[in-house]
Amino acid sequence: MKKNTATSLAFYVPYALWIVLFVIAPVILIIYQSFFDIDGHFTLDNYATYFQSGTYIMMTINSVWYAFLITLVTLVISYPAAYLLHYAKHKELWLLLIILPTWINLLLKAYAFIGIFSQDGGVNNFLGLFGIAPKQILFTDFSFIFVASYIEIPFMILPIFNGIEELDEGYVNASRDLGAKWSQTFTHVILPLTMSGVKAGVQAVFIPSLSLFMLTRLIGGNRVITLGTAIEEHFLTTMNWGMGSTIGVVLIVAMFIIMFLTGERRKKGAKRA
Amino acid sequence: MKKWKWTNLYLIFVFVMLYVPIIYLIAYSFSEGERMSGFHGFTLAHYAELFADTRMIQIVVDTLMLALLSSLIATIVGTLGALAISRTVRPLVKNTVLSLNNILMVSPDVIIGASFLIFFTALKIPLGFGSVLMSHIAFSIPIVVLMVLPKLQEMQQSMLDAARDLGSTNSQTLARVVLPFITPGILSGFFMAFTYSLDDFAVTFFVTGNGFQTLAVEIYARARQGISLEINALSGVMFIFALLLVIGYYFIQQGSQSRKAKHRKESEAIIHEAAH
Repeated sequence: MKKNTATSLAFYVPYALWIVLFVIAPVILIIYQSFFDIDGHFTLDNYATYFQSGTYIMMTINSVWYAFLITLVTLVISYPAAYLLHYAKHKELWLLLIILPTWINLLLKAYAFIGIFSQDGGVNNFLGLFGIAPKQILFTDFSFIFVASYIEIPFMILPIFNGIEELDEGYVNASRDLGAKWSQTFTHVILPLTMSGVKAGVQAVFIPSLSLFMLTRLIGGNRVITLGTAIEEHFLTTMNWGMGSTIGVVLIVAMFIIMFLTGERRKKGAKRA
Repeated sequence: MKKWKWTNLYLIFVFVMLYVPIIYLIAYSFSEGERMSGFHGFTLAHYAELFADTRMIQIVVDTLMLALLSSLIATIVGTLGALAISRTVRPLVKNTVLSLNNILMVSPDVIIGASFLIFFTALKIPLGFGSVLMSHIAFSIPIVVLMVLPKLQEMQQSMLDAARDLGSTNSQTLARVVLPFITPGILSGFFMAFTYSLDDFAVTFFVTGNGFQTLAVEIYARARQGISLEINALSGVMFIFALLLVIGYYFIQQGSQSRKAKHRKESEAIIHEAAH
């Protein structure tokens, strides 16, 4: 018995150390840091600045709005794709092809769009075929949302696909046998039953979208400022870690709100069922 | 039949959307000239330039070494963590640990980067290879746990009981029964950790000092200066590498599935024989 506890203790140590040092400590440190000003004095000024100056509030609202748009675009594209994928032949292969682009570094994909969207790039050349003059596409809100959605699509398709895979085909057939139209089957049976996948996808896309600072720099041309951009700016450029941490705390709070909203309430349902 | 075709069209549209930028990127790596516009004729000059760029080669090697080392350590710690979680009896402790495990999975990269930067600075750990390695290990551990844990839960208690009844010690059970059973999960975890490390930009950007560069950080720096078709050539090489990784991953998964199928067949055969 004694040996038993000793071996299990050996299992716990490295993992427990990781939890304490790299999960709990950093969260505490970022909250702690948010109470210090640039000179290292304890203060509540950062929070006062955040809530009183309109710019930070506006920036937060903007960031959430962009994240919402990105999530919406990816969801609208991904749901039908995941649904069709479920019924496709060779779906493992298709799925693999969806995952493959996520293995290409994000920066390379962003870099590709610098070429595609540039003044004499692919899109403008294509428009030129129809006699449309070159447009400024790069460094616009559109380009930012487009590229961010492009990058996030596989992360939306996968959880929705998994959700649909779990769907019991019997319900769909039953609904059809009972005379429901396809649209009724979809809204009353398929969508509610695959909601957990949608929620997981929204969570997987919305939270990172709040913090895509490299895209705002490379594609958004500093026109779009997200919470992530602001944190990066404060930590690495202006070196005002206190303010950066304050925005970080806001981002953490936003993260928990989203996790709460998209959280699994399946437990309750499962009990009832 | 008609409907089937139409739906396939949408899937193909999505795939074209996903792959056009990558193909565009790679196509221009073979273009003469210096910009990603108007294909100017075939050349391998950018690849020659890439392979002559010792700084870039060094960065690629560093990035791969970092990914290999961090995913290896993360796999060990993560597997131990999964074993620890599966041994936990009290549900409250188990759920708390699992929630803590998932914090780094859902945290935005910027938060991980910024909080690790504060952490390393507070402990006076110099920024560079060491801090980047520790960060990569740290954010890869939870995915390993999540890959190994289901395998452990799949494992039947009767197997462990059988091993114990046959007189094996705890460490023997672990080495001969548990580990072989969860190996597919461990391998998946390792692969995921490896890709997490290769793919990361934001966390590395925060915790790397001036001395150590990864590929993503270098590409970011170069992309901000404008287009250089050497990066396109690099994309071509990386794409082939990613392709090989995916194929490797696919075979590992297929292998574990066919092994499972084989097991099922074997046990079915045994049952069959017993019935006769």
